[in-house]
Amino acid sequence: MSSLARYARLFGVQVRASAVTSMQYRVDFMVEGAMSFYWLGWNLVPLLILYNQRETVAGWDFPSALVVIAWFTSLRGLIEGAINPSLLGVVEKIRTGEFDYLLLKPADAQFLVSTARFEPWKVIDIVGGVGLAAIAFVMLGRAPAASDVALCALLLFAAALVLYSIWILIICASFWVVRLDNLIHLFNAVFDAARWPVAIFRGIWRILFTFVIPLALMTTFPAMAVLGTLDAKSVAFGLGGALLFAAASRAIWRRAIRSYTSASS
Amino acid sequence: MPSGRTASPALETWRAALRAAPAMLRIGVAETVAYRAEFVVWMLTTTLPLIMLGLWTSVASEAPFARFSEREFVAYYLGALIVRNLTSSWVVWQLNEEIRRGMLSFRLLRPVHPFFTYAASHISAVPLRSLVAIPFALVLLFSSAREILVTDPLLLVVLAFSLLGAWLVTFFVMVMIGSVGLFVDKSVAVFDVYFGIFAVMSGYLVPLALLPGWAREIAAWLPFRFMLAFPVELAIGEYSKPGLGAAAALRDLAIQWGWVVLIIGSAVAVWRAGIRRYEAFGS
Repeated sequence: MSSLARYARLFGVQVRASAVTSMQYRVDFMVEGAMSFYWLGWNLVPLLILYNQRETVAGWDFPSALVVIAWFTSLRGLIEGAINPSLLGVVEKIRTGEFDYLLLKPADAQFLVSTARFEPWKVIDIVGGVGLAAIAFVMLGRAPAASDVALCALLLFAAALVLYSIWILIICASFWVVRLDNLIHLFNAVFDAARWPVAIFRGIWRILFTFVIPLALMTTFPAMAVLGTLDAKSVAFGLGGALLFAAASRAIWRRAIRSYTSASS
Repeated sequence: MPSGRTASPALETWRAALRAAPAMLRIGVAETVAYRAEFVVWMLTTTLPLIMLGLWTSVASEAPFARFSEREFVAYYLGALIVRNLTSSWVVWQLNEEIRRGMLSFRLLRPVHPFFTYAASHISAVPLRSLVAIPFALVLLFSSAREILVTDPLLLVVLAFSLLGAWLVTFFVMVMIGSVGLFVDKSVAVFDVYFGIFAVMSGYLVPLALLPGWAREIAAWLPFRFMLAFPVELAIGEYSKPGLGAAAALRDLAIQWGWVVLIIGSAVAVWRAGIRRYEAFGS
């Protein structure tokens, strides 16, 4: 237990350090905030065009699809604020050889790299997403049930876990092939599809977004959960899959770190 | 600073660029081949048209969407992907990086104007970029979308010139945004704002025909349309339909090249003003 307390304290220190760094760039806050709202509006353009002509698409009406976009916005805020900055930093550290110093520190390396940097400004995205969801529920004319909200939170956790595990796998790969920051851009480009309910896609797209890149798990399932339309089987599939994925990525990380040979060798 | 360049007539600039062109292109090709894996990954990040293709074909399979059937959406988005692939420009990031790290100074010392060296690195990437575009072009040619593609020889000539025009507009808009980096630190944020407007107003996100009337009206007056939608619409036979035809295509081509001239002029102006500042705080 004392080690858990130690990690909790360490986590606090890392977050505080990131916060202090971000406070130095207050203009960034304004710019980031303005950009968040800009992209929030931009995201709605194709949705509005689509639902201007259709009542429902593949069984999804406008408010329900709006909930998916709300989820997408929040989750992207979470990725860009809490996952991306740290992990982009690791790729850079591996390239420059600075990563060796990190391995020498008396704490778990995966923990240290994952909490190295946060961008607190991205909270604006999360707030924006919650706002959109609120608008959607006003349009639906009902409030989500408390149990559905809890389930939704649980699935958010699963989604974040899967995303985080994908990042860890990318870092493991960069132990062998150094420059992989491009893969991150590729992932972001594909993640863009998660703003749509997966049911709207057909054929190869549907298979790709459900099984290969589990976008369905990340945004469609949590949205369905909060709408109260998700069945128990999907919940089990989602949570089980996420835990399995996280365990696998942790195992691969441990194996990769043992064969890490530094940048110069 | 090559003061000789600004003092001498424009003719001298062009002569120097032409003399150096073969070497610059050779270097450019060597660079893209050396970083081929990275290069391919970068190109694969232009997934937006494919996601949109998946989305709209599914929607259109229920019932045609605003005169667009599945076939039209396939043709449109594959066309958009190919045009984007051939005309895209990354000079904003090049400029941004070089300004930040002071490497621009070295580039300015060369006897060839930076516009030419940047353009050379873009042009020499086109062969590799076409390799990626060809599979999509083949899908386009062998799918049901083939039937609506343009076949009229005059319109094909217009298409070729419209692609060149689209490349020039895109490249110089990016030079302009990159040059803004000489004044402010956050030119990438400027690019973000630009990209959002571009995506909607150029037909990259959705075909312009799907926009509401007032937005279409605005798009018609902006240069973005000529960076993407115009060549795509030419290619997928929009101009072969009654009511538009060759005359309309030639008129729009003239407007496009008007934008080309205007945007090159503004890019040069912003760049010159920026370089004057850059020298001031570099010394």
